[in-house]
Amino acid sequence: MSWVPLLVAAAACYGIKLAGLSLPQRFLQDPRLQRTIPLLPIALLAALIATQTFSTRSHLVIDVRAAALAVAVVAVVLRAPFLVVVAAGAATAALLRLL
Amino acid sequence: MSLLQTCALSVLMFTGASQFALVGVIGAGGNAWAGAATAALLGTRNALYGLRLSSILEVSGWRRFAASHFVIDETTAMAIARDQPAHSRFAFWATGFTLFCLWNLGTLIGALATSVFPDPKTLGLDAAPPAAFLALLAPRLRGREPVAIALAAGVIALAFLPFVPAGVPLLIVATAVVLYGLRSWR
Repeated sequence: MSWVPLLVAAAACYGIKLAGLSLPQRFLQDPRLQRTIPLLPIALLAALIATQTFSTRSHLVIDVRAAALAVAVVAVVLRAPFLVVVAAGAATAALLRLL
Repeated sequence: MSLLQTCALSVLMFTGASQFALVGVIGAGGNAWAGAATAALLGTRNALYGLRLSSILEVSGWRRFAASHFVIDETTAMAIARDQPAHSRFAFWATGFTLFCLWNLGTLIGALATSVFPDPKTLGLDAAPPAAFLALLAPRLRGREPVAIALAAGVIALAFLPFVPAGVPLLIVATAVVLYGLRSWR
């Protein structure tokens, strides 16, 4: 893969962090931004979960990853730590592929 | 993605969800720029964290440039959980430094391990990112609206997925939620 998108994305992420610490408070206190920005990670994380679980390239599929996600949901509901949730998902997919 | 690129991503970007998103879009065969845009959009929450932190940290000059790199979910949570500014500042820098070292060490180990395990699927590693995203998403799902947004986002992304290039469903979802947020703020 090319370095350019990687470096641009890293610079953008750093610039966003720097802006938060540097811009006058009023810039980000616009109520519309205060409301909208926290919604972005919710929507994007959910979309990433859906696309990475239920698709292979441009096809919709249901395979062992769906079961892995279900186990991860149980782990999250049980308030398992981050790494346990990730390991539970990966282990479920690995075990089901062994069967 | 080369070993050097994987490690550079953790050193230079240092915000987990964005890194996973960039790698995820590229891994799904998507355009690297779609991945980069998704990473940046996921990073916008760090601007709000910086806003919360700027009055606590009171950094200027080169310290502000250093502190900026550490503005992430974990450092913000640790800093705002303290009630004295001095404790908050210590929590921020200590958490940031510790996580930065561990995160990059973990990245290096993981990147080296891929040469030992040629097919990540046998270890279920393709199921790991969705589980990680879920663990990042869960604490944000307080109340009915976030749950509805999350479900709608998943459905919209899957609805567009067969018809547009990889990564683009994420940008469609981002556009939709921004329009929703801007229009419904009252």
